[in-house]
Amino acid sequence: MTSSDVAAQVVELVGKSNPAAVAAVTVSRTSLALTRFAESFIHQNVADESDRVALQIHVDGRTASATTNRTSPEALSALVSSVLAAIAMCPVDSRWAGLTPPAGVHSAGNWDEATGTADPDARARAVRAFVDAATGLACAGYCQTLSMQAAFANSAGQAVTGRSTQASMDAIARTGRSDGAARTASCALSEVDGAALGAAAAAKARAGEEQVELDPGRYEVVLEPGAVSDLVAGLFWHGLNGKAVVEGRSFAQLGEQQFDPAVSMWDDSTDERATGLPFDAEGTPKHRVDLVTDGVTTGIPHDRRTAAACGAETTGHAVAGGQQLGAFPNDVRLAAGSAEDLVAEVERGLLISDLWYTRALDPKTLVYTGLTRNGVWLIEDGRLGAAVSTLRFTQSYVDALRPGAVLGVSRATESPPTIIAPVAWGCGSLVVPSLRLASWNITGGAAG
Amino acid sequence: MFDAATRAVEAAVGAGARYADARVMHSRYESMTAQNGEVEDLSQLDTVGVGVRALVGSSWGFFAASDLDDAAVRRAGERATEIARASAVVPGSDLELVTTEVRQGSWASGCEEDPLSVSLADKADLLVGVTATMRAAGVALASALYQIWDTEKWFVSSEGHRIDQRIRECGAGMHCMTYGDGFTQRRSYPSFRGQYGTAGWELIRSIDLPAHAERIAAEATALLTAPECPAGTTDLILGGEQMSLQIHESVGHAVELDRILGWEAGYAGTSWLDLSKLGALRYGSDLMTVTADPTLPGALGSFGYDDEGTPATAHDIVRDGTWVGVLAGRDSAAMAGLDYAGAVRADGYARIPMVRMTNVGLLPGPDSLESMIAATDDGIFMEHNRSWSIDDKRRNFQFGCEISWEVKNGTRGRLLRNPTYTGIGPDFWASMDMLAGEAERRFWGTPNCGKGQPGQTGHTGHPAMPARFRNVRVGVRG
Repeated sequence: MTSSDVAAQVVELVGKSNPAAVAAVTVSRTSLALTRFAESFIHQNVADESDRVALQIHVDGRTASATTNRTSPEALSALVSSVLAAIAMCPVDSRWAGLTPPAGVHSAGNWDEATGTADPDARARAVRAFVDAATGLACAGYCQTLSMQAAFANSAGQAVTGRSTQASMDAIARTGRSDGAARTASCALSEVDGAALGAAAAAKARAGEEQVELDPGRYEVVLEPGAVSDLVAGLFWHGLNGKAVVEGRSFAQLGEQQFDPAVSMWDDSTDERATGLPFDAEGTPKHRVDLVTDGVTTGIPHDRRTAAACGAETTGHAVAGGQQLGAFPNDVRLAAGSAEDLVAEVERGLLISDLWYTRALDPKTLVYTGLTRNGVWLIEDGRLGAAVSTLRFTQSYVDALRPGAVLGVSRATESPPTIIAPVAWGCGSLVVPSLRLASWNITGGAAG
Repeated sequence: MFDAATRAVEAAVGAGARYADARVMHSRYESMTAQNGEVEDLSQLDTVGVGVRALVGSSWGFFAASDLDDAAVRRAGERATEIARASAVVPGSDLELVTTEVRQGSWASGCEEDPLSVSLADKADLLVGVTATMRAAGVALASALYQIWDTEKWFVSSEGHRIDQRIRECGAGMHCMTYGDGFTQRRSYPSFRGQYGTAGWELIRSIDLPAHAERIAAEATALLTAPECPAGTTDLILGGEQMSLQIHESVGHAVELDRILGWEAGYAGTSWLDLSKLGALRYGSDLMTVTADPTLPGALGSFGYDDEGTPATAHDIVRDGTWVGVLAGRDSAAMAGLDYAGAVRADGYARIPMVRMTNVGLLPGPDSLESMIAATDDGIFMEHNRSWSIDDKRRNFQFGCEISWEVKNGTRGRLLRNPTYTGIGPDFWASMDMLAGEAERRFWGTPNCGKGQPGQTGHTGHPAMPARFRNVRVGVRG
């Protein structure tokens, strides 16, 4: 049976079991394979093929849901029975926002057959190329291929399908005193160039070997795409998230100039670089949603529940587990600028490759603390200077992007593997440039 | 289930693996959240599958499938070996495995009241009740949750292991938030993400959420108008719950042998520890003795056997301030020249087992929280974690706590908001000069320890109690 067949069967089973009940079901088959290397050899090499049937039933004002990885007729009957049994014990669900009405998807999803069927040899060859290009440095990281095929159906007649593939590589080269990272993600494994990534990582590692300590203080910075991806993810976890808005803990104010005019950001799971499914966990078709336009907050990711609470429409951002986590975008793009060389414009500042272990001190102010990783360099008179040892920062992500704070945006963009959305809903994509920011609050170094 | 695991192992070995093991797992999970007096979400998850691990040359191959019929499990075993063989494109030296006693055994965690059998209505009443109480006390947001895991495993290896285990775990917690002008305050009980253990519903009854709902709501409100934790260097007293996370982040992860060997360098990171200094390196003060003990009844990191079939055994990690042990698996131990393993677990059938913390925690000291406060002329007492961050070598950390109090002349004084502290692991632990005793020791559970690629969530335990540290930098702000 196809995923669509299983989804339709489950909806029918619910109707037969309790004609008053309405159901929404997502059936997915995910094939994930990841080849992991460290000390320049492949030490873990894994793959799994998993089915997932997620069912939600609403009846008599009450809602319950359950998930299984079995698709036999007996297992599906047991799933329906268990949810109906749970509903009888649940309190009334005052936040029920109804089922998604019938609507077609705007894209079938981006699927690359070679990636969907990639074997471990193909991933190993990409790793081989990375290690060879690092020319003697110790290497560590992974090459992953992921495919997902999914179908959604509900009692209101909505029935959609989609599929997507993603290939990614994220790895470091190590000199013993410094690490350099390189990474990319795409719909197609053929676009993951292990040799180019290995050479880039090695060059960065070698450039960071001789490190100086730096005093705490506020510095102008150029954040490379790896660091920018963390900044963007932070905005969504606590602020640009319908649940955070409903709960009053978000910084986001629709229609207000909260960011520099150079900042425009949108989510689009229908563009050619998207690796997410073309519909969300509630079966709502995805479409482009502008979130920040010329620095003005113009959109909040919503699912049906958070949208109803705000008097808005769902934006197609429901994710599995969203009742606790909120609504997340899946394929985020931060607009490129025009700068060819951001470093050349900096009189004195820092070039930061990656941010690491970042945690919010307060979800409203979005003050984060974290560390640099995989390279920091001083910039003096528009040129890269000495490498700097690991730094700790304590900085509001919103304030870092406030009007007047973004001094430049690169023309070039990169597609690092995304860390925005919960992984239960596939693996999304991210396209971001480098940013030159006026101030970044360094609060300590590796020595304290 | 043993038959399915056996067929998978036979197929992996038949395909050329020099060692193979398989875990068939049946996992049931249930969680409920409530917010502001209403149930927010009920999630139930039921999965069955097999994960097969095959060793060829320098690499593990791992394949997982949910289908347990004869052909499917044999195919899973063959796929695991095929995947391992592909690793020869980028080989290392052959992995060896330290010897472990081959067991045929069975183990189950303690459970007085099956948590999945407790009525959903009763569970909902508990969460709805405490969130309504906090909301009525004036907070902006009141949340509560419980989580239950019921896991059955059947493990078979090509060396002859045949082990089944049933591990039941559960826990619960609640928190509330109050909103000031552009900022928030938060209080939680009993921990910022709840308290968890290998136990039944009796654990959740014992933490008595209703008895603490009004108190934390009042504290969250009081924090809105409390002065900021001052910036500077001072003596720091940490409550037991915050100590558990301090141990987890700056000791537990640092002594994971896969990190020390560089196997996690690409993601989770490495460690500041150098194996050549094992047995001699000063990790902390004489008061610091840390054990990894998966045999502690009721602690979240307890089991009968790890996911390589090694029987649960306690090891010293730090003894009287000296680093003496690591958390290891059979392969990493062999590579490091050590003779013990036993700390390898996987997050479900579909993930490869890897080095994870068991119950990593402190042995009790001679003091008490009361005596620490009495002995402190000028300091700050912080408790309940709010944020945590540590570098990829597990040295430089910064933690935020929900609440703190000024300590002056041996007395707990005024409330302080937004407390943070930062430091370097070995310096910080060396400054620990007072440690509470057995009466204040709790087995704190961490149900969300992230590690590995693909990502895995581990369940770890941390025996901890209040402690005092000298000359710590506090009050770091953005």
